[in-house]
Amino acid sequence: MTSFAELLLLSVLLINFLLLGSSRLGALIRAVALQGVVLAVLVLVSQGISLHSVSLATIALALKGVIIPWYLSRAMADIKIRREVEPVIGYIPTLLLGAVITALAFLFAQSLPLIDAHATSLLIPTALAVLGTGFLLLITRRKAITQVVGYLVFENGVFLIGLLLVDAIPLAIEAGILLDVLVGVFVMGIVMNHINREFSSINTENLCSLRD
Amino acid sequence: MWIYLLILLPLLFSVLVLTVPSFQFRSWLLLLSGLLFAGIGVPLALGLLPAEVDTLWIGLDPLGQVVLFATSLLFAMCAWYAVEYLAYRQERGNRIFIFCLLIFQSSMMLAIVSRHLGLLWFAVEATTIASAPLIYYNRNSRSIEATWKYMLICSVGIALAMLGILFIGYSALHAQLPTVLILDELLHHAAALSPPWLLAGYVFMLVGFGTKMGLAPLHSWKPDAYGEASGLVGALLAGGLTSVAFLAILRGVQLMNAAGQMATAQQTLLALGLLSLVVAAIFVMRQPDFKRMLAYSSVEHVGILAISVAIGGAALFGGMIHLIGNALVKGTLFLAAGNIHRRFGSKHLSQVRGALAVLPMSGAIFIAGFFAVTGTPPAALFFSEFTIVRAIFSADKPLIALVFLATLAIVFIGMAQTVFRMSFGNADASVAENPYRDSWRTTLPPLLLLLATITLGIYQPEPLVALLYQAAALLGGSA
Repeated sequence: MTSFAELLLLSVLLINFLLLGSSRLGALIRAVALQGVVLAVLVLVSQGISLHSVSLATIALALKGVIIPWYLSRAMADIKIRREVEPVIGYIPTLLLGAVITALAFLFAQSLPLIDAHATSLLIPTALAVLGTGFLLLITRRKAITQVVGYLVFENGVFLIGLLLVDAIPLAIEAGILLDVLVGVFVMGIVMNHINREFSSINTENLCSLRD
Repeated sequence: MWIYLLILLPLLFSVLVLTVPSFQFRSWLLLLSGLLFAGIGVPLALGLLPAEVDTLWIGLDPLGQVVLFATSLLFAMCAWYAVEYLAYRQERGNRIFIFCLLIFQSSMMLAIVSRHLGLLWFAVEATTIASAPLIYYNRNSRSIEATWKYMLICSVGIALAMLGILFIGYSALHAQLPTVLILDELLHHAAALSPPWLLAGYVFMLVGFGTKMGLAPLHSWKPDAYGEASGLVGALLAGGLTSVAFLAILRGVQLMNAAGQMATAQQTLLALGLLSLVVAAIFVMRQPDFKRMLAYSSVEHVGILAISVAIGGAALFGGMIHLIGNALVKGTLFLAAGNIHRRFGSKHLSQVRGALAVLPMSGAIFIAGFFAVTGTPPAALFFSEFTIVRAIFSADKPLIALVFLATLAIVFIGMAQTVFRMSFGNADASVAENPYRDSWRTTLPPLLLLLATITLGIYQPEPLVALLYQAAALLGGSA
C-alpha cells in the first residue's frame, strides 16, 4: 500500500510540471482538478479506510476535484479567453525553476527533523514542491484566473502537510477549511468577472492604478 | 451561552436581511444587531456576564475579552453610522453589503473565542472572504484592484498561517505528545513540544496573520484596501480586523512563552514592529490621499502593538490599552473621513480644502481624531504610547526608544501636513452644490468613539484595568 501512496505522490509532482508548462487555461484547470483527485485518493491510501478518511476524501474530491475546477472553467467560458499569453517569465524558464524548486524541496526535506515514519516518505518533499509551484504560479502569471489556480495549488501543498496530522484535526474543522477555500474561490471568480467587465481582459497588469 | 449568542446573533440577522424586502428595514436590522451585540459583548468582556461554555473549542480568555470590548463598541457605532450612509447610496442596494457586514461580525466573534487553532484559522479566513465584497462596494476599477489584491494577498498569507498551525501540531507529534490543536492542551504541554517545529510554526503564524494585520513588509494590500473601501468598512478593518489578526498572532506568542521561547518571539515581533514604524513614517510624508494616509497610520499602530509585546513587562499593559484606543480612534477617523469624502467627492488634497469650513462637525472631529491617533494627550493612545516608551527605557533599550519616538514624531508631522491642508482654507465653489450635509446620524458615532478614546486616556475604570492586567499576564507580563 505504501508504494501505491508513493506512486500517487510522484504523480502529484509530475502534475506540478503540467501546471507550470500549460499555456492553455483549459489544460491548466484540468491539471489542478487532476491534482485534487489524486490528493483525495491519497487520503484513503495513506490513512486507511475509516469514517474520517472516507468523509475527508469525499469532501476533498468534491471540492478540489470537481466543484472548484467546474466553477473556474465556467468562469473562463464567461470571460471567453482560452490562452494565457505572455507570462511574466516564459514557460521553459518556469519549468526549469519548477525543477529547481523540486530538487530544493527534496534537499530541504532531508534536513528536517522528522519522526521516523515520515523520514523516508515522499510526502514532505512533495508537499514542499507543491507549495513552491503554487507560489511560482502566483508570482509569474498575469491572468487573474492563473493566479487563482496558483492559490489552489498552494492550498494543495498545505493539504498535503495536513495529511501528517489527520488525527489531530477533527473532520468538522477540515471541512470548514475546505469550505473557506471554496467560498474564497467563488468570491475571487466574481471579482474576476468584474475585472473582465471593467478592463475587457483579466490581465492583472491592468491593476496598477493604486500606488504611492 | 452568551458567547454562542454573540456568534449566532449576527448570523441570524444576516439570514433575516436576505429575506427582508424593505431597504430601510434592512438598515435597521443592522443597527439592532450592532446594539444588541455591544449590549451583550461589553458586559461579557468586562466579566459582568458569565462566559462559561461546555466545549474545549470555544472560550473567552482575557485577551479575547479585550478584543471583544474594542470591536463590539466599534461595530455598534459603525452600524449606527451605516443606516444614514446606506441611505445616501440607495441605488447601490444594501442587501449584500449588510449581509456581508453581519457575516464579518460573526466570524470576528468566532475568531475571538476560538480555542482550537484550526477553528481560529477558519474564522480568520472567513473574515477575509466576508470583507472582500465590502471593499468592493463602490464597484469601480480602483475598488476592483484593491479587492483583488486584498483577497489574493490575504488568502495566500493565511494559507501560510495554516502551514504554521500544522507545524505546531507536528511539534506535538514529533515530541510524541497527543496531537491536538486545542490551545489549552498545547499550552499545557508547551515545554515538551519539539522546539524547531514550534519555532517554524510560530514564524509562519506570524507571517500569515501578520499579513492580515498589515505589519510591514506584509502591508502592501492595506493602503489600497483602506483607500478604496468606504469609511465605514475602513473603520471596521483598521479597528476590528487588525485587532483580531493580532489576537491570532498572540495565540502563537502564548505558546512560545509557555515553551520558554519568549525571547525569540519577541525578537521577531520587534523587527516587524520597528519596520512597520519606519515604513509608516516614510509613506505618510506628503501623502496626498487622506484615506491612504489613515492606512499608513494603521501600519504605524500595528507596529506599536507588535513592539509592546516585544518589550514585554509593563509595555504589555500599554499594548492592551493601545489595542482598545486604536480600535476606537480608527472608528472616529474613518467615519469622519467618510463624511468629508462624500461632501467633496474626492479624497485627494488637490480637491479637498476647507473641510472645517464646509463640514464644521466632521472636520473638527477629524482634526481631533488626528491629534488623538498621533498620541497627543489626553487620548488613550498618549497614555499607552507613554507607558510603552517608559517600559522600553526601563528595559534599557534607548536605541529602540529613540527610533520609536522619532518615527512617532515623523508620522505626526507627516499626517499634520495632510490634515491641516485639507481642513483649513476655503473650499472650491463646486463643493457647495453637493447635497451632503453633516447630520447627527453621521457625526455622533465618530464623536462618541472620540469621546471614548479621550475618556479612556484620562480615566480607566477599575474592571477594565483588572482585565488589561489579566490579559498582559497571559503574555508573560506581571499581573
